[in-house]
Amino acid sequence: MRFASRYIAGIFSFAIAAFALGGVSLADQSRLNNATALFAAGSYADTIAAIDEIGVSGVDHAPAILNALSKRRVYLNKTTKFTVYRQGSVYHDFLTSKQLDGKPEGAKSVRVNNRVRSAIKAALGTLELRAKDPATRISAATEVFNRKDVAVLSALEKLIASETVPAVKKMFLDTRAALVLAKGDAAKSDKLAAIAVMKARAKQDAMVALEVAATDTDPEVADAATTAMKSIENWLAVAANFQNIWYGLSLGSVLLLAAIGLAITFGVMGVINMAHGEMVMLGAYTTFVVQELFRAYAPGAFDLSLLIAIPLAFAVAGLVGIAIERGIIRFLYGRPLETLLATWGVSLVLQQAVRTIFGPTNREVGAPSYMSGGFEFLGLAITYNRLWIIIFALVVFASLLLILRYTSLGLQMRAVTQNRRMAASMGIRTGYVDAMTFGLGSGVAGIAGVALSQIDNVSPNLGQSYIVDSFMVVVFGGVGSLWGTLVSAMTLGVVNKFLEPWAGAVLAKILILILLILFIQNRPRGMFALKGRAIEA
Amino acid sequence: MAISRRSLLGAAALSLSVVVGSPLTASAQETIKVGILHSLSGTMAISETTLKDAMLMLIEEQNKKGGLLGKKLEPVVVDPASNWPLFAEKARELISQKKVAAVFGAWTSVSRKSVLPVFKELNSVLFYPVQYEGEESERNVFYTGAAPNQQAIPAVDYLMSKDGGSVKRWVLAGTDYVYPRTTNKILAAYLKAKGVKDEDIMINYTPFGHSDWQTIVSDIKKFGSAGKKTAVVSTINGDANVPFYKELANKGISATDIPVIAFSVGEEELAGIDTSNLVGHLAAWNYFQSVENDANTAFIKKWKAFTKSPKRVSNDPMEAHYIGFNMWVKAVEKAGTTDPDKVIDAIIGVEVPNLTGGTSKMLPNHHITKPVLIGEILETGQFDVVWKTKGLVAGDAWSDFLPGSKDLIGDWAGKKCGNFNTKTSKCGAS
Repeated sequence: MRFASRYIAGIFSFAIAAFALGGVSLADQSRLNNATALFAAGSYADTIAAIDEIGVSGVDHAPAILNALSKRRVYLNKTTKFTVYRQGSVYHDFLTSKQLDGKPEGAKSVRVNNRVRSAIKAALGTLELRAKDPATRISAATEVFNRKDVAVLSALEKLIASETVPAVKKMFLDTRAALVLAKGDAAKSDKLAAIAVMKARAKQDAMVALEVAATDTDPEVADAATTAMKSIENWLAVAANFQNIWYGLSLGSVLLLAAIGLAITFGVMGVINMAHGEMVMLGAYTTFVVQELFRAYAPGAFDLSLLIAIPLAFAVAGLVGIAIERGIIRFLYGRPLETLLATWGVSLVLQQAVRTIFGPTNREVGAPSYMSGGFEFLGLAITYNRLWIIIFALVVFASLLLILRYTSLGLQMRAVTQNRRMAASMGIRTGYVDAMTFGLGSGVAGIAGVALSQIDNVSPNLGQSYIVDSFMVVVFGGVGSLWGTLVSAMTLGVVNKFLEPWAGAVLAKILILILLILFIQNRPRGMFALKGRAIEA
Repeated sequence: MAISRRSLLGAAALSLSVVVGSPLTASAQETIKVGILHSLSGTMAISETTLKDAMLMLIEEQNKKGGLLGKKLEPVVVDPASNWPLFAEKARELISQKKVAAVFGAWTSVSRKSVLPVFKELNSVLFYPVQYEGEESERNVFYTGAAPNQQAIPAVDYLMSKDGGSVKRWVLAGTDYVYPRTTNKILAAYLKAKGVKDEDIMINYTPFGHSDWQTIVSDIKKFGSAGKKTAVVSTINGDANVPFYKELANKGISATDIPVIAFSVGEEELAGIDTSNLVGHLAAWNYFQSVENDANTAFIKKWKAFTKSPKRVSNDPMEAHYIGFNMWVKAVEKAGTTDPDKVIDAIIGVEVPNLTGGTSKMLPNHHITKPVLIGEILETGQFDVVWKTKGLVAGDAWSDFLPGSKDLIGDWAGKKCGNFNTKTSKCGAS
């Protein structure tokens, strides 16, 4: 960070000069020319020196250049030294930021690696503290915080005074506290105040900031820092438990989605359907096809692709399910072993069919903007895709519950599963109900595939990785009970996530299986066993 | 099971008869058979199908050049279906029934270990094209992929260097099986030898196909926020990578914060990931498709023409087959026969051009010399080579960083021994 402090001083003097002249001054011009020469030299060290020059130049478009550079969007013609940068699809002149008609001949992009990118981030961290967008200011301050870039401290003090957005102001104050502690030469009262600010921040990075203060020569400061670290540590331990619960619910919702279709086909109908995972896979591939179509014909509406994919995945998987039921399974009712083997065969056929059509490699399913990234809430790191999947799983569960409870199909389904002959003699077409039930279960599995495509691979093997878990959930919850499936999925998820930190992912999975076996030995019908004659039939 | 296997065989036979068709009329029975033992179905099909295609292309090329020893080459493709015992069965079928002169195949270490006794018993040759954990040097096997010192160690060296970010804290994350476990053991020993403390190394294993990375990624984030530069060395295998990288991106961990260097993620694997969030993460290989030289450009052009798909990518194991196949061809020409014993003797010291602009040489320990390249992921799903070893690195069968194997060498030229102990001067003693 040698250069950082050097150009900090420069930034302010030159910035003033640049603003005074109302454009790119001669001095800035020469800085940018230096940068071009350094880009042309080509090594990463030269590029970092060029970033230094750009930072010091203080031109208005410096952040734009640096952002473009980190994405390899600065292009240079090595012979003419003519340099441009690209924002979106528009090329700008490097020196004057004037718009250009197109990419100049023979210009090649300036190469960057992680070291260069870190230098860019550091340079931007200081440049963008004054950015217009509050989010950019926060991320710039975070960068300064993490780097403990003490040279920025005096500039930051001034910015705090003029900052109006509360969230940004808080981040600025936190950053100032961290810098005060890192610098170490502040007055005792300032240090104590900074420690209090860090204590209130209560995050892992605050711990790191406090470490320096904990070894302070002044015992009072050192004590305060140690107590603050202790309290943060305690809070983090509590937060870790909440985090585990959240992760557990999220894993549980994935299990629920994967298993809920099976809860119908296996739980309600009693068919051991080994091809259940492949229905999930079909749903995921449907999502892929829908997204491909969107990419080709309506790239602007890409965010809608998942919404469109949900009904289509339900239809595709549901129809395949009905075909399987009518073509194979209905001849095998009451013969579980044969059903198991036949559906396993079907699963292999489906896998190989998908492999032949789409190829054996993974297919890329993109995430719509509302499912990318995450946010922090009371110290919990929550990612949008997981949040949506939890909501989605619960919605699917609720709708399924309503279908079974309040529609005539649901009524007939329950009638047929409880007593097939009685239902038939009441005039219910049991064959039709079987097909519809199986189609519903398969369709729900297809919907699960849409959600799982967001967190897992879309490959022909997608289904296989969920089939065992799905059976586990259904059996643990109690065959035939939808509520059981919900409780069981969530329980397995949460228990798994509490075991994982201390047992490791592999052992956690094994322990879960052992616990499950012990439980099933004691209660063979699972948590929510159906009572009465239904299961005997 | 019986039905599916028979139908698979039928399909293989059908595809064969198409390939065989033309040479049969030209010079009946005057062909040299080459076995291709890669899974075309099951979990490993994702990686291995490409290698089968690459082998078919190499054989076709060689036939266009006039074949070998005046005979046409004839590929014999079998499908071991990602089923480890089936690998041994299929290998036996290739060698004793189809009478192939050499076999190119296997991907996972467990499949290699499963076919090993067959190759020893029937005395044939296997060319194994994938980076692996080392600790092996067999007379009948030629290892054209990277040994740990040709991938893992240089990768760590790069990260410790200034250009790599002067990493001080290490997460060794892998899938729970033999390759990651051995590699991580070697790496941990190497890091400790370099002065890294125990508390700065975090080792983590996950099951195959692990998809819920929330806990582990937040652990990594916590481990990495202790104020020292942290990197993840990933031996995570195959399908588990996609959710891992997705979780990293969603948790906002970028390559400048905590870079991830992967040993099992290549161009083929990236084809299934949205790479916009992965820019800057790293991979260590001996070959990247983006390497610019005439041999590689020609190879990629032929590959795209052969597969009739302009989107197909090339990767490191394909290059390993390219080297291995050309070495075998040269050795057969040198020996004047395909007799395994003669070929095994003739191939040591054979040099062929690789696709990164140099030549690779078969060493007495049945490993080869290769350059080591570090690539950064680009938005296009390709890699930009950011670092390269100065010269070629000789594959070391027995790691110098494990107590049990540091005195061992493989030498099939002079000592005729795969695990010769240089301390006790005995073969087989460890």
